[in-house]
Amino acid sequence: MTESAQDGEYDAWLDSIESGDGYYLECSNGHGWLPPRRVCPRCHDQELSAVDLPESGEIASHTTITVPTPQFEDDAPYVTAIADFGPVSVTGLVRGVDPDDVAIGDVVGIDVGERVTTGERAVVFRPR
Amino acid sequence: MSDPRIAGASVTQFGKHPERTGRDLFAEAGLEALSQAGIDPEDAEALYYGNFMGELAEHQGHQGPLMAEAIGLDVPATRVEAACASAGTAVREAVKTIRNGEAEVVVVGGAERMTNIGTAAATDALAIAADDLYEVRAGMTFPGAYALMARSYFDQYGGSHEDLAHVAVKNHEHALVNEHAQIQQEITIEDALEAPTIADPLGLYDSCPITDGAAAAVLTTEAYAEEHNLDAPVAITGTGQGGDNLALQDRPHLAQTPAADKAAEEAYGDAGVGPDDVDFAEVHDCFTIAEVFAIESLGFYERGEGIAAARNGETTRDGDRPINLSGGLKAKGHPVGATGVAQLATVAWLLDGSHPRADAVPDSTVGVAHNAGGTVASTTVHVMEVQE
Ligand SMILES: [Zn+2]
Repeated sequence: MTESAQDGEYDAWLDSIESGDGYYLECSNGHGWLPPRRVCPRCHDQELSAVDLPESGEIASHTTITVPTPQFEDDAPYVTAIADFGPVSVTGLVRGVDPDDVAIGDVVGIDVGERVTTGERAVVFRPR
Repeated sequence: MSDPRIAGASVTQFGKHPERTGRDLFAEAGLEALSQAGIDPEDAEALYYGNFMGELAEHQGHQGPLMAEAIGLDVPATRVEAACASAGTAVREAVKTIRNGEAEVVVVGGAERMTNIGTAAATDALAIAADDLYEVRAGMTFPGAYALMARSYFDQYGGSHEDLAHVAVKNHEHALVNEHAQIQQEITIEDALEAPTIADPLGLYDSCPITDGAAAAVLTTEAYAEEHNLDAPVAITGTGQGGDNLALQDRPHLAQTPAADKAAEEAYGDAGVGPDDVDFAEVHDCFTIAEVFAIESLGFYERGEGIAAARNGETTRDGDRPINLSGGLKAKGHPVGATGVAQLATVAWLLDGSHPRADAVPDSTVGVAHNAGGTVASTTVHVMEVQE
């Protein structure tokens, strides 16, 4: 297998989630973003600093995907959700709960898991 | 400054044509548009061309000059890419070129070949309109993204899958007489509700089909049209474009489309009209919920009220303000890079009375086209009016 390059700060961010030291980037005005990011698109501030990601977030919306892309063929059906972690929201796969039981407002923790189809890493939310 | 006149327009049959190349599809639409316009091709001065997934579907980049060649033009040719709003964005470039006096005759169009790669690969290709790092790698598909928006809408404003089914039923009914449409088949609310789920709450009938097709239009100045005795009564009087964060997770709202709000406001201001002046609209209903977002952003409905419009019969062909008389992307089909120009053509034909659904909007003078890219991170809105 050919070794592919790291996707810079994105992979570094996944590493941080994996080791339990998740963070996000915050501008001086409190707008939150995920890396890589050099400027706050909301207020143009370039003083972004790493802030600890809250341990838990809330499901803002979710869907159970039954028709996936080829990279998720063996994962389907699976739940993709956007979870709200305060100043920042993150998109990830919801695991550890029956898809029918996922609801807006559910409290979840963030982790990194493997995609069934490709073995590649993905953001995973689990109920807590 | 002259508002561009639409001198000719053409769309191919939308549908499954896996054996037809993109250049062949575009040549058909482009040559027909030029012929309808009655313009000497030597007079054309530029081509703006929309296409989204050419690299993936046909291993073909650099399509601007290829497509100019395909319609026999030796002009500066530029491909414009803004996902599903590629052609709407191409229209905007063409309008600007005419208005600023750089050209008197501009061809605008778009094409997409999608069915040759199959549903899985097309789903994959469409997904790259989302944020690769943060959305695609979390399993997001294009229907999945709209499903997230639909669920958020229901949560914030109310509404149900059954409301969305009314949008699908309406657009299928509108397409019945449209010979260019991919699907000319009536469906019932039950059909829509019982169809297989793609990404809940959205099912098969909430989703536009995967489509091959092309569209083209010839734009010219009022002076050129007069000088050459062209039959070109419809002008593009307003253009607007708005943008948003690419990833849904970075937006303050999942149940609103501010890029379309901005595009509509700009286009209305440019044309000097308001939502109440609009007789009908062709909007980007890649999914049923997208039509709801569109009619709210266009100012036809307050936030949270667009969901009931189809069910109440207000946007049907016998309603006060028909939406998607062509059948919309839902039934007409959505060859991604061609859609914005197909909408332009439809609005022009409805205004000049030559569209098979023109009887639904007799004496109408103002029509609007709304074309959205991705999860509405790009939107164009164009206002068209009958002149004289
Ligand atoms: Zn900021």
